[in-house]
Amino acid sequence: MSADTHSAQSHDAGHGTGHGTMGQLMIGFALAAILTIIPFGLVMGEVEMNRTALVGIIMGLGAIQIVVHLVFFLHLNTRSEEGNTFMATMLALIILVIVLAGSLWVMHNMNTNMMPQHEMDQQIEQMKSLQSQQG
Amino acid sequence: MSPLDSPTMTPETAMTPGVTVITDDHGHHDSPTPIGFWIYLMSDCIIFGALFATYAVLGGGFAGGPGPKDLFEPGFVAIETALLLFSSITFGLAMLQADKGKLGGTTRWLIATGLFGAGFIGMELYEFRHLIHIGAGPDRSAFLSSFFALVGTHGLHVTGGLIWLITLVVQINMHGLNGPNMRRLGTLSMFWHFLDLIWIGVFSFVYLVRLV
Repeated sequence: MSADTHSAQSHDAGHGTGHGTMGQLMIGFALAAILTIIPFGLVMGEVEMNRTALVGIIMGLGAIQIVVHLVFFLHLNTRSEEGNTFMATMLALIILVIVLAGSLWVMHNMNTNMMPQHEMDQQIEQMKSLQSQQG
Repeated sequence: MSPLDSPTMTPETAMTPGVTVITDDHGHHDSPTPIGFWIYLMSDCIIFGALFATYAVLGGGFAGGPGPKDLFEPGFVAIETALLLFSSITFGLAMLQADKGKLGGTTRWLIATGLFGAGFIGMELYEFRHLIHIGAGPDRSAFLSSFFALVGTHGLHVTGGLIWLITLVVQINMHGLNGPNMRRLGTLSMFWHFLDLIWIGVFSFVYLVRLV
């Protein structure tokens, strides 16, 4: 990398980027606490809501909290180690997306093509009721 | 950082000529350890990703056994989550004390971290013991196998972190907050915050989503 990147890095080192500041820690704590309390509150308070929406909110808040932890606790930024830390994180993220999305996609495909037991039961019930209506 | 931070402990200086002065002042910043450890953490992250994917795929296979709503207690998980989050904060406070070169404060916050971590592990062991006792062990269904594999792996990591933490508390009190010990503290700090990060995925995806 260029010389200015290095000087920026050593400049940051003087401010303790490695271990952060009290302010960073407390902001991180406040955000993490809020982002933890909301999903637990939603589940424990048994809030009446569309199931998909609720799952989406819980997963979304979890993803935001992971970013909060990365930024405020693990002090991830694009400058430290000349950007290599960030690049390693991005690579891990890409692999994670492939592993998780790939697994779910393949299994979703399998589930739609191979009918699960309860759906099979439902269809049998439907056919039976149709037959009784006709007969 | 301290007078104990002697130039003899900076072999990495040889690899990066010209930054000798900075290295003496911030030995842990110019060492290759943080980036190396970060890459380890990312590979660990992928292990957890595979376990999460396994849980996502097998989590619906109850084999006629108990499901998440029969087994999981959100209040219990909330306390576990709080313990781990508090331990992350106390570790952050320990690092701030260590940056100031305060050995006493560092030790106290590290012990607080250890106690929160031990509380978390205690609760997890209690939960596992309870589940196995009521016949919902890892051999009961695919759902429980993947649950125990994922949450158990996380628990093993935290246990490893605790052993590491106890070792470091002894080390810093024997040798002070010198360069190598600061580097070790920084590395354990990353590990500990990383485990809290993984737990976010666990409480969201393993517990809460399945209780909706």
